[in-house]
Amino acid sequence: MAMGWSRFGKKKDMPGGLWIKCDACSTMIFRKDFTAERICPECKHHFPLSADERVQLFADEGSFEELWANMKTVDALGFKDRVSYAEKIENTRQKTGKNEAMVCGRARVLGQDLALGVMDFGFLGGSMGVVVGEKVTRLVEFANEEDLPLVIFCSSGGARMHEGALSLMQMAKTCGALQRFQARGGFYVSVLTNPTTGGVTASFASVADVILAEPGALIGFAGPRVIKETLKQDLPKGFQRAEFLLEKGQVDRIVSRTELRTTIAKLCAYATGSANPATVGAAHEVAGGATGGEGS
Amino acid sequence: MDAALAFERPILEMEHKIQELKALADSTKLNLNGEVVALEARLRKVTGEVYDNLTPWERVRVSRHPQRPVTQDYINGIFEDFLELHGDRSFGDDRAIVTGFATIEARRILLVGHRKGKSVKDRLLCNFGCAHPEGYRKALEKMRLAEKLGLPIVCLVDTQGAYPGIGAEERGQARAIALNIREMFSLRVPIIAIVIGEGGSGGALGIGVGDRVAILKNAYYSVITPEGCAAILWKSADKAPEAAAALRLSAPDLFELGIVDEIIDEPLGGAHRRPQETIQNVKDFLLRSLDELQARPTEALLEARYQKFRAMGRVDES
Repeated sequence: MAMGWSRFGKKKDMPGGLWIKCDACSTMIFRKDFTAERICPECKHHFPLSADERVQLFADEGSFEELWANMKTVDALGFKDRVSYAEKIENTRQKTGKNEAMVCGRARVLGQDLALGVMDFGFLGGSMGVVVGEKVTRLVEFANEEDLPLVIFCSSGGARMHEGALSLMQMAKTCGALQRFQARGGFYVSVLTNPTTGGVTASFASVADVILAEPGALIGFAGPRVIKETLKQDLPKGFQRAEFLLEKGQVDRIVSRTELRTTIAKLCAYATGSANPATVGAAHEVAGGATGGEGS
Repeated sequence: MDAALAFERPILEMEHKIQELKALADSTKLNLNGEVVALEARLRKVTGEVYDNLTPWERVRVSRHPQRPVTQDYINGIFEDFLELHGDRSFGDDRAIVTGFATIEARRILLVGHRKGKSVKDRLLCNFGCAHPEGYRKALEKMRLAEKLGLPIVCLVDTQGAYPGIGAEERGQARAIALNIREMFSLRVPIIAIVIGEGGSGGALGIGVGDRVAILKNAYYSVITPEGCAAILWKSADKAPEAAAALRLSAPDLFELGIVDEIIDEPLGGAHRRPQETIQNVKDFLLRSLDELQARPTEALLEARYQKFRAMGRVDES
């Protein structure tokens, strides 16, 4: 369920340098060619985004109003492995400037209002502890009260081991809230980004009405290393990648980062009837690409 | 003696000695009752001392004891009738989860349980209680049937976790578990979940959302196995005892954290020492819980079920 996060999301680009090396195809990318979407122009590899970068890229400019930003972890177990959890959390806060692995709020995308949640893999591997569970739950309740579509960008190694069974129960809490929201007609889109595994995949990420995935994203229940060790055999090429999941019927669409705004605004238009889906985003995307510019 | 746990050695030695003494008394017609009674009293004292001081890791070992009663034993020991229903209606019959109608004191229920198996062959067939998506889908199919018929649902949880494999991933393991969790909040009948051995992460929770969640005294419930946690955070599976302690996965800790509603007692020396007594304790708990929950109006039941899980975990908003 839970897994390590150190293998993902290491930034290999050199700050201030002119060239960035692609994690996937090793092409040297000229910094000027590397847009805010952070996609390799050569192989279309989608680089990791922090939650803030994601919000900036996805929401209409100036539309995002963050909620519950101060929410912090309580170390209920007094957990300690080789270092104490309290210390680990404090260091991560200092390093990332974030309080937790999830950012939530109200946003507008191409003029469509929605409740937006974005997980941050850079914060302890996007692991779900009580704060992430509580934020997701409140966001679902917020979407319910405000009658908004709900969109969550997932990126997580799984449940946070340092919070023990309390982390595990966040799977139940979030799904319980979603059950109520969806039973009352609420519309929920989850976007699975690289990587989404463990307790997040096995809870709120997988019970959305529409499930989207970014190209190449690793998505699964068990991590590939665990499966490999259990089976003592090599895994098929492309196993647990977004394209594999699409083929197996587990996701609805693979959507490039450049198309996400339009696709999601369109989905919301279909769900709510708030706009004509046929015309959603057309003017905007032609005008200059989704770089967080003007909506509607 | 394969099943022997190191901390049980003094208990096993005394049990052995008592056996010998009884055999000697039988064969020689000597009256050794006094000696036997004294030894048995000492055995109780030693067993109590050992079991009162188990570390979390030792409890995990007890929860996996080969002679510990498993779902099949509870089915045989608690219910007057059991009618298994196998079909998940989509892929195949997963032996790691058993479902069916059952009768307890003439009351009808639906039973869902992880099946670990008893013999070696059986254990292999059941994947040691590690279920595939079809197991969770079978459980959901039958739970929906129970809802339709107005039957309370009893879930016996005993797994190290859902199966990590290629087929399981291809067929949507994560989705199957997530859907069960979500749907269990909607089922309009009482749900009672009991962790009888291992409560291993999402694989356990996939049949673990209940109005009452109880745990046997030496069972555990955790976000990850101690071995898995040790391998990741300590970089060594040998640190499982440290991980077990840090995770606070034992029954008393879980009760304190509000994860479980009740601890069901085990006999002196663990469930494996007196399975019948353990099974009776579970039966008593079930009957009492069924009485309480069936008396509640459905809406109140569902609201309380949600609020119970809604309240799990505190945050700091200062």
